[in-house]
Amino acid sequence: MSLVFDLNTIWFFLVGILLTGYAILDGFDLGIGALHLFAETDHDRRIMLNSIGPIWDGNEVWLVTGGGALFAAFPEVYATAFSGFYMALMLLLFSLIFRAVAIDFRSKQSSKVWRKTWDISFTISSIVASLLIGTALGNVAWGVPLDASHEYAGSFWTLLNPYSLLVGVLVVVLFMMHGALYGILKTEGDLQKKLGKLFRTNFVLFGIGYIVVTIATLLFADNITEHYKSSPALMVFPVINVLLIVNVWWQHHRGKDLAAFLSSCFTILLLMLIFGLGIYPDMLYSNPVAGNTLDIYNAASSQKTLKIMLTIALIGMPFVIMYTSTIFWIFRGKVKLDSSSY
Amino acid sequence: MDALYLSRLQFALTIAFHYLFPPISIGLGLLLVFMEGMYLKTKNQLYHRMTRFWVKVFGLVFALGVASGIVMEFQFGTNWSTYSRFVGDVFGSALAAEGIFAFFLESGFLAVLLFGWNKVKPRTHFFSTIMVAFGAHFSAVWIVVANSWQQTPAGYHIVETANGARAEIVDFWAMLFNPSTVDRLSHTLMGAWQAGAFFVISVSAWYLIKNKHVDFAKAGLKIALIFAAAASMLQLVTGHSSAVTVSETQPAKLAAMEAHFDEMAPADLYLFGWVNSDNQRVNFGVRIPGMLSFLVYGDSNKPLKGLNAFPEDEHPPVNVVFQAYHIMVAVGMFLILISWLGLVLLWKDKVYKTRWLLWVYVFSVLGPQIANQLGWITAEVGRQPWIVYGLLKTKDAYSPVVSGGQVLTSIILFGFIYLLLFALFVYLLNEKIKNGPELEEKTIEEGHLA
Repeated sequence: MSLVFDLNTIWFFLVGILLTGYAILDGFDLGIGALHLFAETDHDRRIMLNSIGPIWDGNEVWLVTGGGALFAAFPEVYATAFSGFYMALMLLLFSLIFRAVAIDFRSKQSSKVWRKTWDISFTISSIVASLLIGTALGNVAWGVPLDASHEYAGSFWTLLNPYSLLVGVLVVVLFMMHGALYGILKTEGDLQKKLGKLFRTNFVLFGIGYIVVTIATLLFADNITEHYKSSPALMVFPVINVLLIVNVWWQHHRGKDLAAFLSSCFTILLLMLIFGLGIYPDMLYSNPVAGNTLDIYNAASSQKTLKIMLTIALIGMPFVIMYTSTIFWIFRGKVKLDSSSY
Repeated sequence: MDALYLSRLQFALTIAFHYLFPPISIGLGLLLVFMEGMYLKTKNQLYHRMTRFWVKVFGLVFALGVASGIVMEFQFGTNWSTYSRFVGDVFGSALAAEGIFAFFLESGFLAVLLFGWNKVKPRTHFFSTIMVAFGAHFSAVWIVVANSWQQTPAGYHIVETANGARAEIVDFWAMLFNPSTVDRLSHTLMGAWQAGAFFVISVSAWYLIKNKHVDFAKAGLKIALIFAAAASMLQLVTGHSSAVTVSETQPAKLAAMEAHFDEMAPADLYLFGWVNSDNQRVNFGVRIPGMLSFLVYGDSNKPLKGLNAFPEDEHPPVNVVFQAYHIMVAVGMFLILISWLGLVLLWKDKVYKTRWLLWVYVFSVLGPQIANQLGWITAEVGRQPWIVYGLLKTKDAYSPVVSGGQVLTSIILFGFIYLLLFALFVYLLNEKIKNGPELEEKTIEEGHLA
């Protein structure tokens, strides 16, 4: 495969970076949500909630900006995918909003029924959102039916094919594993021990899922494996990815939980990179009629707009990274409940 | 039901709901900068209590704005895919710039604002407040740029691509500062400042009526009244200037705003009325002859283009635009009246005891909300039948692959969640107002010593 570093390719990777940022950041807070019910006492549940308290809405901004960048750089993909995946996307938006409501509502009343209702809502909406994100990724890898005018030609049920659902489940356990590692960093005592156990369970599940999805991809999803077959040098990335996954376990095992969490962040980064290199230069692969595929050229904005947008990104992104890291630094350390907590 | 109609309904509902919150964030953000700045300067605990209290309310309003705003970023693609393909090159860039420049700034520093009181130095906290207020304003800049381009497209050309015709940027700065950007931005921001100021006025007046947190309420009312009076007066200026721009750039919209049908004639200004567009008459109308021409040109005899100068299928729904516009203006005038009356009474030291006016103030929070909503209805309905003025019609812009049933389902989903969100907002706001500002720890300790 040959990478041409033109504006279209740069934007392909920039949109990828925004979505990867989203997967890493909202990944752990969706994971905390999915694990929330495993914390049993009210106090522990509040700790779980407040571990993501100051940052969850900032994490979602990565998705919003990713959507905006996709609109600006590849309007054809934005239009085709979002209108085509209509119900799936509406369900995703619905669960993200519902999740926000649950976070805000939960601790405002002391009634047990009240809190339990919102606890369950928080967990279900977190799992549904993760599953939908994963399924969407699966569909992009697998390909979706597009017609000659690039409109989506399938239905809601087309999206629920076995391969995509498999990727969806993999993303759920990945986020739960990732969230557990984040939780370990933010908690103490019994809750921390419990999260360690949850991490180990989900790590194993993720390992199994990873192998199954890899085999399924090798067997059935030719369009994203062909680059790896034609340029074996690219295999270095899957190898690094596997080493990172092993490292997550090893770091956790020797008690270096921050290193384990960072390794998990890089695992997600590598997964997205492997996925991106696999589909490049396609963005929305048309299956079965490959000729209708939307790629980084036939789906892009004009060169002038891509250039303007690049200037905007080069000015803006350093600031984004600067204050994102500042905020994480300010809110480092174990969760302590106070009057401003959820 | 058809997808076009339902998609329009969904957009109207979601954007109207969303727009309840950002104006308050913008206006309240600015007031917070002032309050916290005064605290750092004077070390007066009253300002500290004010900042603490209003930061909490700000956090709530902001959370609702984010939750309802996520939908907006995706809705162009889901329901208006033809529109998205046509404008992505231009409109998409403004939207993406909003994300990169404004959203990250706001949401990042908001965490410090809400949860960082004991984690950072007072100066850093103040800096965060400035950044959040700045981010809120910056967000308005980009979204108004994007919308203004839909009203008065500039800096683009139409290109035939393999996927059909679309607009592409030729001059970024001309796109950014298109003919209506500056007027509409200043008009929007003043509306937002009013929303923030009257929000503070309303809560403060309520405390004064209930004789609770009196010092806190008096100080809040004073600051907010000054802001409200200034913003309301400036709103008159930006409103006038916006209308003059509309007369130049979107004459059909201005004609609908005043029900001016004659092809080319001096135009009147109505105080009120009910438009019958079938026979082109205004029933129960009271008008000032030639006043619209006078406001636009300074000459009441100068003719203005009326609706009949445009083909009938390019007329916006006249009565909707007329009513929205006139009620907005009436509310705007009322806000000027009550804020300046308040200033006079403040100067005479009577405002805190004028109970009837305090009651008016309690409800005044609705004024800017109504005017802001109606202003957008005037702008957006007045642009119809166009989605991009003169270039693309709304009826040609929706998603061909989305069925009416799907849109109906999503409207029901959003209807449900928005009701829940609104209930949450009212409930939590009420709790915060009931709890009131906290007493300072220091004061409590001193109390113990005494």
